Amino acid sequence: MLEIRIHGRGGQGNVVAAYLLAAAAFEVKRYGQAFPNFGAERRGAPVVAFVRIDDQPIRRRNQVRSPAFLIIQDEALLHVPGVLDGLKDGGGILVNSHHSSTQLSEQMNHDIIALPATHLAQKILGRPVPNTALLAGFLALTELLPQQALSQALTHRFKGAVLERNLQLIEEAAQQVPARQWNHLHTEEHHHAASA
Amino acid sequence: MLQALEGSQAIARAVALCRPAVVSAYPITPQTHIVENISKLVADGQFDCEFVSVESEFSAASVALGAAMAGSRAYTASASQGILLMAEVLYNIAGMRVPLVMTCANRAVSAPLSIWNDQQDSMAVRDAGWIQLYCADNQEAVDTTIQAYRISERTELPVMVCMDGFTLTHTLEGIDVPEQEQVDSFLPAYHFKRALDPRNPTSVGTLVSPDHYSEARHSHHQALLKAMDDIIAADQDWGAICGRSYGGLLKTIGDPDADIAILSLGSVLGTLEAALSEMPPERSVKLIQLRSFRPFPAEALRQVCADLSHIIVLERAIAPGSGGIVGLEVLAALSSLDKPPRVHNCAAGLGGRDIPMEILPQLLALADEDRPADFQVIDVVLDRLPEEDR
Repeated sequence: MLEIRIHGRGGQGNVVAAYLLAAAAFEVKRYGQAFPNFGAERRGAPVVAFVRIDDQPIRRRNQVRSPAFLIIQDEALLHVPGVLDGLKDGGGILVNSHHSSTQLSEQMNHDIIALPATHLAQKILGRPVPNTALLAGFLALTELLPQQALSQALTHRFKGAVLERNLQLIEEAAQQVPARQWNHLHTEEHHHAASA
Repeated sequence: MLQALEGSQAIARAVALCRPAVVSAYPITPQTHIVENISKLVADGQFDCEFVSVESEFSAASVALGAAMAGSRAYTASASQGILLMAEVLYNIAGMRVPLVMTCANRAVSAPLSIWNDQQDSMAVRDAGWIQLYCADNQEAVDTTIQAYRISERTELPVMVCMDGFTLTHTLEGIDVPEQEQVDSFLPAYHFKRALDPRNPTSVGTLVSPDHYSEARHSHHQALLKAMDDIIAADQDWGAICGRSYGGLLKTIGDPDADIAILSLGSVLGTLEAALSEMPPERSVKLIQLRSFRPFPAEALRQVCADLSHIIVLERAIAPGSGGIVGLEVLAALSSLDKPPRVHNCAAGLGGRDIPMEILPQLLALADEDRPADFQVIDVVLDRLPEEDR
């Protein structure tokens, strides 16, 4: 089972991101589970959502405490206490940022990949909603699920111009991260090594 | 085919498949998405019903009662303070023996204010005379909603389908949404033989003198006890159609010959089940999911507990000044066994506190004590309290 935690701010589509990622798993006959950790439900407040992906039905419903990956929709959250807590050794952090991945990785002492998702969303959607671009980047980095699964999940949730632009956005976002760089991080060997 | 759906969205679709003619609701977290999704289905022309937005939960329950009494299949949903505001009407609905189905998106009760999950709300109305069924996952909540209409219409008793707020309502997972034809074959067109009819006026729920009240209450109690057969039958019959059933009144998971059992209600069973396979305990353990809390399945419980040494009852609510709610009923039911197991009673996950898998060894440690300790909130952090409150 692979566990992912998504951090963002109210209004950035944090829950939708989690739902889309889990929904994409079903497109390739895998199982997904996604749920938010609601706090104060207001725009701008830090919010967290959890995703699990597995090859069999997922029974547990506890919060994800030691994710293999973090997706962070607002760079400033990198510095908020608790956000990086529990990340598995060698786990990856995908951050919505226009800074360089190398710079952020050195600064935070973690394996960080930066993707200017808000910028891309503003350019293609006309709105600063970074969630779908980050998901596309995440799938390109990890190949956890094919990009096609994300497109299909989007097709079930959106329609018309919003869908078209999001499909365009994820295609472009997927090319802005080093493909397959985190491919090895979710293989069985990694899990065994991490839990040993 | 599995569809990725949020729990609330799946429930809205299940309700629509049951074709209630009237839905009446007032939004409250974490129930809101259920009625929001129902109103979308109605607005999109996918669900033909009279959707009545009201100004309070008292009215939501009253409209549903009126609709049901007039002979319509009806539905409502609420949670927490909403359930409490409905309380008077809930007793009336049950006392008039009106078929009705509602969803309780289980949430803690104020004060202090909490929007998060526990089961204090439905437990607060456990004696209102409704059937109460608690669901472990969203697929079960979908299937139980459909079963609930069958049970309700056969027993002429209202059914509250309880699903954990957020933990289920706001979780997206894979749901097999039944086909309309399957539901139609299971739920025939509704006909309520005591429906109010202006051509043949009757009064219901009116003043009953002491000469008759005890008989009304006794027969209501008997009707609930008899409903156990209908709950089992609905689960089996629906299982024959869709291939999924849930054990009727209760479900056991794990080694049937285990010496120790953990009993609980709702979605925590999934986490406990995962914990059992991730961190298998040295002693053999089984889980008991109490699906029907009202009626309380005392005999079915005795059957699965007869050979146990210990049973640990994990509550998702608390009776302040007493302790456990479910635990006391389990204790009473098992007392007539020749060798009743020790009953250990605790609560966890109140007001949305996360229940991690590590709770499993903590629960099992309760059974190390030969003499059960007093009821405890097992995940309380006493250091946070002043000395005198610990």
